[in-house]
Amino acid sequence: MKYIDEYRDAAAARKLAAAIARTATRPWNLMEVCGGQTHAILRFGLDELLPPQVALIHGPGCPVCVTPIEMLDRAVAIAARPGVIFCSFGDMFRVPGSTKDLLSVKAEGGDVRIVYSPMDAVALARSNPDRQVVFFAIGFETTAPANAMAVAQAAKLGLANFSVLVSLVLVPPAIVAVLQSPASRIHGFLAAGHVATITGLDPYRPIAEKYHVPIVATGFEPLDILQGVLLCVRQLEAGRAEVENQYARSVRPEGNRPAMRQIEEVFRVVPRKWRGIGEIPASGLGLRKEYAAFDAETRFAVGQIVADEPAECIAGAVLQGHKKPSECPAFGVRCTPDRPLGAPMVSAEGACAAYFRYRRRQ
Amino acid sequence: MCLGIPGKLVETYAQDDLPMGRVEFGGVRKEVCLAYTPEAAVGDYVIVHVGFAISRVDEAEAREIFSYLRQIGEAGAEQEGGGGRG
Repeated sequence: MKYIDEYRDAAAARKLAAAIARTATRPWNLMEVCGGQTHAILRFGLDELLPPQVALIHGPGCPVCVTPIEMLDRAVAIAARPGVIFCSFGDMFRVPGSTKDLLSVKAEGGDVRIVYSPMDAVALARSNPDRQVVFFAIGFETTAPANAMAVAQAAKLGLANFSVLVSLVLVPPAIVAVLQSPASRIHGFLAAGHVATITGLDPYRPIAEKYHVPIVATGFEPLDILQGVLLCVRQLEAGRAEVENQYARSVRPEGNRPAMRQIEEVFRVVPRKWRGIGEIPASGLGLRKEYAAFDAETRFAVGQIVADEPAECIAGAVLQGHKKPSECPAFGVRCTPDRPLGAPMVSAEGACAAYFRYRRRQ
Repeated sequence: MCLGIPGKLVETYAQDDLPMGRVEFGGVRKEVCLAYTPEAAVGDYVIVHVGFAISRVDEAEAREIFSYLRQIGEAGAEQEGGGGRG
């Protein structure tokens, strides 16, 4: 397919890897903050192409993985109600809550459905006026415009039976949280290209400056990721800490203005709890009061449900790049994609699932 | 989660006051909301995420990486003392 296959050329990938090896004179730790990139790195073995002095560390880049367990419990509580059609992206279905996942609710007779787009949930609300349709709005900045449009459209159509369980999070505050962690050993970041497509590059500039780290907005194909690594290493070797754009075929420096306007119309910035990290101030989105009527948390009174993460799961350390999935004693033994202890083993983009799938046991 | 797939915009229309389009991904066609890419025209490639086009692919920028590869190829050949091009 155009704009995919040409970025997977093996000879070109080796050329980039050789340039990285020539450039890197010291050990550098780079963090990618995108589950899609983590997956591509493991799938195509890009980490194995890199010289030993350049390490890729997988950050909190998977929205499914960073959704706190209590949000799952709230989803499960709503989905189990009679009269509710609960809609979610497929990757949330098997993420364990405290007692069960959404798939078990479905098995017990709940009407839980996978949708491709939040707009599909709006269409369901329209065609089922006697049912309550709830959409589980998870994701980063990339997904927020679609969720914002779904809410705005439901408001425009006067759909009183539509609501959203919002668990949207923002990438730049998570990068700051990683940098502020005393255990942090990250020298540079690959920022997710589709997040930057929406927000533009400006949110990253103060971070690059304050913490003196290069941040390179990077695409998702092997050549994109390797070029992102090379640009980042070049900056590090030259002592620069700038925001650079590897993925200019999609990312404009100013971002996607219409999408940002729609996000700001419907959502406001709120503190959010991240699985394994805890609450990060101003790190997520919640509905503005003009759209509060569409908030499933208040409509179904589930906001008071709180829960703690399972003790054995080291998702927090994995998500912050402090530990590799294979360093977890439960990895591949008591925790597998069939019987996951935590979200990073469930989502196809979770670091644990990627390590398991591509047989990285070391 | 932030998966975005490039596809070719083959048709545009409006539905419930929203600009919509049909986008082709290697033979599969999907309905996509174009509210966030007002600049996209039939024949353009757009990157699609959960039913929304989030950007129009810039063709000139898409080729950049290949001229970058030629540059580093030449630099590498020189550094390794080959002196040859290519």
